[in-house]
Amino acid sequence: MNTALIIIFGFLLLAIYLGIRATRGKKMDLEQWSVGGRGFGTIFVFFLMAGEIYTTFTFLGGSAWAYGKGGPAFYILAYISLAYVLGYWIGPQIWRYAKQHKLMSQPDFFVSKYKSPFLGIVVSCAGVLAIVPYIILQFKGLGIIVSEASYGSISSTAAIWIGAISLTVYLMISGIHGSAWTAIVKDIMIFIVVLFLGIYMPFHYYGGLQPMFEAVHQANPTFLTLPKTGLSISWFISTVMLTVLGFYMWPHTFNATYSAENENVFRKNSIISPIYTLMLLFVFFVGFTALMQVPGLQGAEADLSLLRLSIQTFDPWIVGFIGAAGLLTALVPGSMLLMAASTSLSKNVYGVLVPSATGKQISILAKCFVPVIALVSVYFTIHGGNTIVTLLLMGYSIVTQLFPAFIFSLMKNNIVTKYGACAGIVAGIASVMYITITETTLGTLFPALPQIIKDTNVGVISLFINLVVLMVVSLATKKIASQPHFESGAVDGKQIL
Amino acid sequence: MKKIYLLCLLPFVGILGSLPFVNKVTPFILGMPFFLFWIVMWVILTSFIMGIVYKLDPAVKGGDKQ
Repeated sequence: MNTALIIIFGFLLLAIYLGIRATRGKKMDLEQWSVGGRGFGTIFVFFLMAGEIYTTFTFLGGSAWAYGKGGPAFYILAYISLAYVLGYWIGPQIWRYAKQHKLMSQPDFFVSKYKSPFLGIVVSCAGVLAIVPYIILQFKGLGIIVSEASYGSISSTAAIWIGAISLTVYLMISGIHGSAWTAIVKDIMIFIVVLFLGIYMPFHYYGGLQPMFEAVHQANPTFLTLPKTGLSISWFISTVMLTVLGFYMWPHTFNATYSAENENVFRKNSIISPIYTLMLLFVFFVGFTALMQVPGLQGAEADLSLLRLSIQTFDPWIVGFIGAAGLLTALVPGSMLLMAASTSLSKNVYGVLVPSATGKQISILAKCFVPVIALVSVYFTIHGGNTIVTLLLMGYSIVTQLFPAFIFSLMKNNIVTKYGACAGIVAGIASVMYITITETTLGTLFPALPQIIKDTNVGVISLFINLVVLMVVSLATKKIASQPHFESGAVDGKQIL
Repeated sequence: MKKIYLLCLLPFVGILGSLPFVNKVTPFILGMPFFLFWIVMWVILTSFIMGIVYKLDPAVKGGDKQ
């Protein structure tokens, strides 16, 4: 065992210790476990939400995008900042409604708004479908970090198992309280590591930021801007808009909003969070430095650029700290993802299918789902191959399909019926799956269109289909929906429990 | 709809609307290519704009109640 690994495992133990300690003196019912008893202030919610931004994907993927794609990588900065602008509006609305109706999970929101437990099942399934690839990505990241930092002495399969087991144990004991505490440690670590790497690397190899960028520019004059075709301006705009809409629709992000103690938490969040995203800038600097210093990483290998450059530059103990920060970026979001998936499966699927289930049974079942989902994810991480990136992109498109039904539900006179909401979501998701699996783009659908439209993110089409179906079905079912129906008394989120 | 919320549209226009004009490498500003600098500037401005919206938003006063 080398120095790097000792430091990484030290931090893993610290995270588990913090997670266990965080629950002391709290009765861990489902409300404490999954939404922290709705008592988290600005700082905790900020770190929880930031926990979801700075995942292994940003840490390894951010540098990988800069390394492999250049200018288009900057879309990450744009979409996170803009998502927080949207959060200023919708955060308080979600929170207020959730508090009033004692909601626990994302599907609860739809169940309660549309008075339809069945819609809850649809939303749960959509959520789990989107979340599993995201968990897989975290496990994959963990594997890369631990096996690289061990200089090859631990295989990435072993590393994935270690990560998955610690994550599961830790989450089952501590729930969201542990995630919040670990999120703070994680963000301090990431902050130090990223700032240090982002400044040190360009100066060490090039003597400054500008010489580094000039060298990259000289080697490839179009690398630092958006290309004319492909990842072009219209790609940038459409992708940012779609991800902004999808951002709060992720089940775990949606759930994290429930844990706030009041609605101003989100408003304050939207002031500090954009600045906070600038940490990514330093991740990009590392990726651009790696481009000429550890050349030749192709495709998925680009994920290794940050660690390879670090190993080439530093002593093992510094690599240990970098690895530890990376490990925590997988733990926190991984635990939030697992929790959101298991809560909604037990409450909104099992709880509806088996109406006799008591609150206590559901609470226990929620924890039992954690290792099950973790195991499924580990299986796909090890056996999944490269299709995972495709799956993740599909996940983002899937959650975005919840947006139309969500936004209409916030209006005073919602014209969308539960049938319309359901049909829209299902149609949207079906088209996302078709598009992803057949690798359709707007270019292959309509080859005659001008390039500017061909480069538009194909998710726009799914969202459009979703909207059309949602409107048509809503209009058609308006009569049925306006009649009083007998089930409406038993569908409030609370009564299901 | 409160008028102050219209300020929230500014970051969208600033980042996405200006792309055709700012998608270039030179001049380098603060060591960064112009395109990157422009986005970074708007990320900071977004924080600033949201700060103003927060200050002027009447909903904030009622929001601290539990």
